[in-house]
Amino acid sequence: MSPIRLALANLTLSPLSSVVNSLLLALGTASIAVLLLANQQLTATLERNAAGIDLVIGAKGSPLQLVLAGIYHADVPPGNIGFEEVQKWNAHPMVNSAIPLSIGDSYQGHRIIGTTPDFVNLYDAKLETGDLWARPFEAVIGARVARATGLEIGETFSGSHGLVSSNNRHDDTPYRIVGQFAPTQSVFDNLIITSTQSVWQMHNQNGHGAGDTDHKLNPHGHDDQHEIATDRQDEHREQAHHDDHDAHHEQGDHDGHADHEAQSEHDHHEAPTSPYDKPHTQAPHQQLENENEHHLDGDRQDNAEPVESGQEVTLLLVTLASPMGVLTLPRAVNAEPGLQAASPAYELTRLLQIVGIGVSWLNAFAIVLVISAALSIFAALYASLRTRRHDLAVLRCLGASRRELFLLLLAEGFLLTTAGIIAGLCLAHGGMTLLGQWLGDAQGLNITGWTWAQEEFWLVLGLLSTGIFTAIIPAWQAYQTDVARTLSSP
Amino acid sequence: MTDPPNVMDNAQNAPVLAIQDLTFAYDRARLSINRFSLSSRESIAVLGPSGCGKTTFMHLITGLLTPDSGSIRIHGTDITRLEEAQVDRLRGQHIGIVFQHLHLIPSIRVIDNLLLAQRLAGVPIDRAYANEILTQLGINNLSTRYPRQLSQGQAQRVAIARAVVPRPSLLIADEPTSALDDANTAEAIGLLKNLSDHNDAALIVVTHDERIRSTLNNSFDLQAMV
Repeated sequence: MSPIRLALANLTLSPLSSVVNSLLLALGTASIAVLLLANQQLTATLERNAAGIDLVIGAKGSPLQLVLAGIYHADVPPGNIGFEEVQKWNAHPMVNSAIPLSIGDSYQGHRIIGTTPDFVNLYDAKLETGDLWARPFEAVIGARVARATGLEIGETFSGSHGLVSSNNRHDDTPYRIVGQFAPTQSVFDNLIITSTQSVWQMHNQNGHGAGDTDHKLNPHGHDDQHEIATDRQDEHREQAHHDDHDAHHEQGDHDGHADHEAQSEHDHHEAPTSPYDKPHTQAPHQQLENENEHHLDGDRQDNAEPVESGQEVTLLLVTLASPMGVLTLPRAVNAEPGLQAASPAYELTRLLQIVGIGVSWLNAFAIVLVISAALSIFAALYASLRTRRHDLAVLRCLGASRRELFLLLLAEGFLLTTAGIIAGLCLAHGGMTLLGQWLGDAQGLNITGWTWAQEEFWLVLGLLSTGIFTAIIPAWQAYQTDVARTLSSP
Repeated sequence: MTDPPNVMDNAQNAPVLAIQDLTFAYDRARLSINRFSLSSRESIAVLGPSGCGKTTFMHLITGLLTPDSGSIRIHGTDITRLEEAQVDRLRGQHIGIVFQHLHLIPSIRVIDNLLLAQRLAGVPIDRAYANEILTQLGINNLSTRYPRQLSQGQAQRVAIARAVVPRPSLLIADEPTSALDDANTAEAIGLLKNLSDHNDAALIVVTHDERIRSTLNNSFDLQAMV
């Protein structure tokens, strides 16, 4: 009959009070633990998604929007920038690499990103099966895209115009899947990756989507969004439309280039309503654009090579060659007309500060829960001490020392607290596991209960101290028991 | 018996309990005992009417109260000169108490009440002996019950068993017969006597019950001065 067993037995003597008090503490513990876990996992996800990107360069507008669009793929981009910026900033001494991203289309809610293989390397993404894209309209899908859509290698799909599912589909220019990435546990898994040229050509063929979803979503960027594919190919060329892009017309339409520029305005006024409903009415354009795509395809083989000056990309993901660049590069970028540089770290901090207010309120609430649980345990121990004072006196008569009585009461407090903490942690981790299963990984948050936040260690330590502290006063009372007086009292 | 020079005496030859020139003032009354001595296998009824200081006497000889003057020796050790923790240990090892209100620990089973007594006394845990005592008292079938599941008579036997199970050399029973009829009184005292003899222990029954005077070897009349 060890003191711990006796303490346990004493607790089971008033099971309701013990269970209720432990449960109260468990709820407080669980609330704090869930906040810690969510915070840890959210931060980890955000950091994984940021993938070491130091700056995002894009069209002027909200820097937060630029970061959300370019890194987290959670917002529409502010607009487009000229392709010449890619070479320009890649050549900048402070820049390690500037990876162009062309954003604008999606498939079943998964964004189609036109970029270079550098983007893949940024996330350390490995191919699970297949190969990287080699030609226009070849695409490689992220792990979650594969799971969500069921698309497989060799299958084709048509992207929708805009970043949410819509009926504006590029049915005439389907993508063919040539590879699938292994999971990276980042937002990358939600993306469909293709070459910059594919996106250009897609929009060359389809013209600019005046009045489509993104235009409404994105007041900053409106037409630019869809000028990814440039609207400047109004040249009349005789070429059969084809989906097979095997032929590489390296020389492409360089000769028609000047005409593109000259007539670019014209196209803007040509399609006030959605052109996607009637792709055939624009057959000449498409033919032309196919020609153009071949040029670009050739160009893709070497990204350093300049393309025609009219092409655009949505934004650049920049990794810096030197940390000094964080200070100097944005200044240089922001001095350019129509350009801005946004720091993901800074914008994220700004965002989390806003969200953080809510989190601290939740935290305060959880702490209040814990304190009330501690008070309740104190009250329960104190009350049971009064009803058990004869028992405690008898223990002294049986040979127990004051110290042993003190430790007995402390052990009771400790056991109640420990039960509450364990139940609370089970509740928190079980809850997170369920939440993770319920959310799936569609949100890209990777919520799981099978992990520990480092702060949980301190939480447990703090709660244990609280529990022991609340037991100290009753324990001290037990220590002070006047055995003779207690035994002779009724 | 003369005053020994040290606190410690030869434990082998010393009486289990020896009181000399004890005085203790409480609640405007004063208890004084010039000489009181008890050896192994002796038994004594400490008698007196209510308020004569029986409980005070019991608390003094168990070291829960410290006298104003005089000495109380358990196996030659003067407990009035010991530290409180030492008294606690000595009490656990040498003295078994049957309380008037029994005070069994309600949260644990009968057998655990016995084993807890052994543990707190600092003697080796001896489950076989605990069961033997329960058998001697005819209640070995109750060992897994909780105190609240016992009748008053059963609970009293458990209380006796708990006092005996650490093998004390001095067994003290406080008003063990207050709720019993003649037949049960005789039986209860008989059990206490048998168990203390069996353990080579001395027995003190503190009571106001004159029926007990004749059943024990000796009696001692307490008289507190008001």
